Amino acid sequence: MSEPQALLIEHGRIIDPSQGVDRVARLLLFRGKVLAIDPLDGDLPDYYLHIDARNCIVAPGLIDLGTELREPGHEEDETIESGGAAAVAGGYTSVLCSANTDPPIDTPAGVELVRRIAAACSGPKVHVIACASSRRDGEQMAELGLLAQAGAIGFSDSPRPIHNSALLKRALDYCRMFDLPIFDRPVDPDLVEHGVAHDGQVALVLGLKGLPTEAEDLAVARDVRLAEATGGRLHVGPISTMGSVDLLRRVKQRGIQVTASVCPHNLWHSDEMLRSFDSRFKLHPPLRSVKHIDAIVAAVADGTIDAIQSGHMPRAREKKMNDIDQAPFGASTLETTLAVVATRLVHTGLMDWSQAIMCLSTTPAKIAGLCEGTLAIGSPADVVVIDPNDAWTIDSDTFYSQCRSTPHEGDHVTGRVVYTIVGGQVRFTRRPALEHIV
Amino acid sequence: MEHHCDLGTQKRSISARIIVDRDLRETDFSPNIRDAFCSQTRTRETFRRSFSPEDVGALDSQSHPANDELTFPESWTRRHLLDIESLSAAEINILLDTAVRLKAMTEGCRRKISILSGKTLANLFFENSTRTRNSFSLAAKRMGADTVEFSSSGSSVSKGETFVDTAKTIQAMGVDWVVTRHSTPGTPHLLSRELECCVLNAGDGAHEHPTQGLLDMLTIREHRGRLDGLTVALVGDIAHSRTARSNMWGLRKLGAHVIVCGPATLVSPRWSELGFEVAHSLDEILPRCDVLNLLRIQFERQKARPFPSVHEYANRYGMNGKRMRRCKSDILIMAPGPINRGVEITPEVADGPHSVILEQVTNGIAVRMAALWLLVGANGENR
Repeated sequence: MSEPQALLIEHGRIIDPSQGVDRVARLLLFRGKVLAIDPLDGDLPDYYLHIDARNCIVAPGLIDLGTELREPGHEEDETIESGGAAAVAGGYTSVLCSANTDPPIDTPAGVELVRRIAAACSGPKVHVIACASSRRDGEQMAELGLLAQAGAIGFSDSPRPIHNSALLKRALDYCRMFDLPIFDRPVDPDLVEHGVAHDGQVALVLGLKGLPTEAEDLAVARDVRLAEATGGRLHVGPISTMGSVDLLRRVKQRGIQVTASVCPHNLWHSDEMLRSFDSRFKLHPPLRSVKHIDAIVAAVADGTIDAIQSGHMPRAREKKMNDIDQAPFGASTLETTLAVVATRLVHTGLMDWSQAIMCLSTTPAKIAGLCEGTLAIGSPADVVVIDPNDAWTIDSDTFYSQCRSTPHEGDHVTGRVVYTIVGGQVRFTRRPALEHIV
Repeated sequence: MEHHCDLGTQKRSISARIIVDRDLRETDFSPNIRDAFCSQTRTRETFRRSFSPEDVGALDSQSHPANDELTFPESWTRRHLLDIESLSAAEINILLDTAVRLKAMTEGCRRKISILSGKTLANLFFENSTRTRNSFSLAAKRMGADTVEFSSSGSSVSKGETFVDTAKTIQAMGVDWVVTRHSTPGTPHLLSRELECCVLNAGDGAHEHPTQGLLDMLTIREHRGRLDGLTVALVGDIAHSRTARSNMWGLRKLGAHVIVCGPATLVSPRWSELGFEVAHSLDEILPRCDVLNLLRIQFERQKARPFPSVHEYANRYGMNGKRMRRCKSDILIMAPGPINRGVEITPEVADGPHSVILEQVTNGIAVRMAALWLLVGANGENR
């Protein structure tokens, strides 16, 4: 790949929570790194590309803590290339891809394969969350050390929970050697068997099998206790219940090191949407009732929930066409997450843009142990330029993702990605070609 | 396949079905029910006593040419019958009134009137059924329509086709109604968005079974002349019962007080948030009830048994002679069937003077005729 050119982003409002920066300034990217905020004219290189970010926000690129890219094995749902294109269109410069593939990524060769395919695509940086258990069987610990050597940055059996408490405890303990996190999707599988929808009034009336909130609450409680016992790095998410939030708030006050994330769909729509029996509302975690949404939104705003992850779980159209029992959980969310967060949390005044960027970039980078998520001088030139006031209507036909199923179809949102820059290269833009300045 | 529906002649296929359907939802096809289809022998006087005044007019019209008596209700616009929850009280009354009329015109659902000849009904059943499927077929045939049968076994569904594609294929053969039953809630709603023809829900998982709700309401109305002010208890497996949900919405819309009664594991306390009375002791509510609708325990839908034993269930919730003596003297005993004698109902109650179980079956044809006629007429064809 050719050396990235110098790139000057002018007139934008730079928001970098990692340095507490929020002001209109120029940002100079050079040789794949952030070279300067507000460079002197004399420091500009002889030749550079120019982006006019007037009325736009310039922030560190978004980082997704949980993306399913489905390759290898489920290319009918998504590929690393199509998922990557969707990611950069959604403002993501790094994604943590989960091992929900066939075969699951439980060997160093699997990690290598994904990294190589991703490197050949012009999408975001793809980091691998490898299996916590061998073949994702939930029993035998995978070769975590070798996987870490091959470049895995964390371990998970997502979207399955690590149900075996002994395994989770061993994995947390073992991972302290590598200082890598375990990502657990908290749910007690015994309580959710064959469930389809939030176990509330709507599921009762519609005769749908329920996914009770206590299944998540119990798992969060167990996870937190094991994190405390082992001192290992644990991330729970996505979470979706009031009970999880209450528990996390209490344990964080006690100083236990555990982080949590939510998916954007749990910030907006309620289980009432299931009344259409449309499988695009069959999601992981399920759409909950209003009181849970309110609790989740408040917890994101007050920082109890650390991060927002896309929860991108693409599934082929023919699978989602099925009836609601048969259709798989999941939706395409990489391209809508930023807009949903902006619409639901920022434009409603529940949080400011700095907090939003913190949840979508700075904190996810810390959780994943990445050096991105900041515009500090010398850090990777991963940048997103956002037009915060662009009002648009979500239309899955325009998605770059292969999966066209979204719970937000037709939703009116405000806030949209204009440029996504990965390692100093523009990987996505909605605008015409850049102006060259010599 | 079509002969399945011809109950009079195809005894062989019926007995075969009993074997095939064992352990599934529709297990028991008792000869009594076959008789019930053919023996609607109630007198005019009985009807007069149980009908509201305007309904008696429908009976009097029997002597006139039938077609002239049916005028299409202008306010009816629906082309699908998906659930009772979304119907208004007025719409439910139109369905019931039309059912009364059609029942009278067909002399208790026995005579054929050819008001829908040339139309075709497709039974698209992805779950086993005997009585509902045959009831729909008979309803169509009584009005002169043709029927085609489709079941999930031995069809392209077992070859991996999605049910929407299967339904579209059948529609392309030129049918006017698709009657569908499926183990998943909402499948008729999905079909109604995909198909041009009328869609009728014959049961979708634990969600609704609207024609069952209607026939239950019609049966109560025939006996009491009204639903308003009555106390109706639905007893048993509320959690898994589509019949319960259709009854609950319909009865409440027409002014009845609805009690859902059963073990706490099968009757959610959330029903009371929705305005239904929740009870766990049958003995406590018995003296207040005008109607008892005894639902079957749906063992096939339960992964783990929600009560300790059938013995304990029958003891607490089974309707027997001793409990009958504590009821109002004019109580109606109903059951959507198939009934499990000895579990939710003892033979002396099932076959006793208060039981209207077989009338329910006859009324099933009446409400299905009404639904078919109204839905296909909603685009102006019957006006």
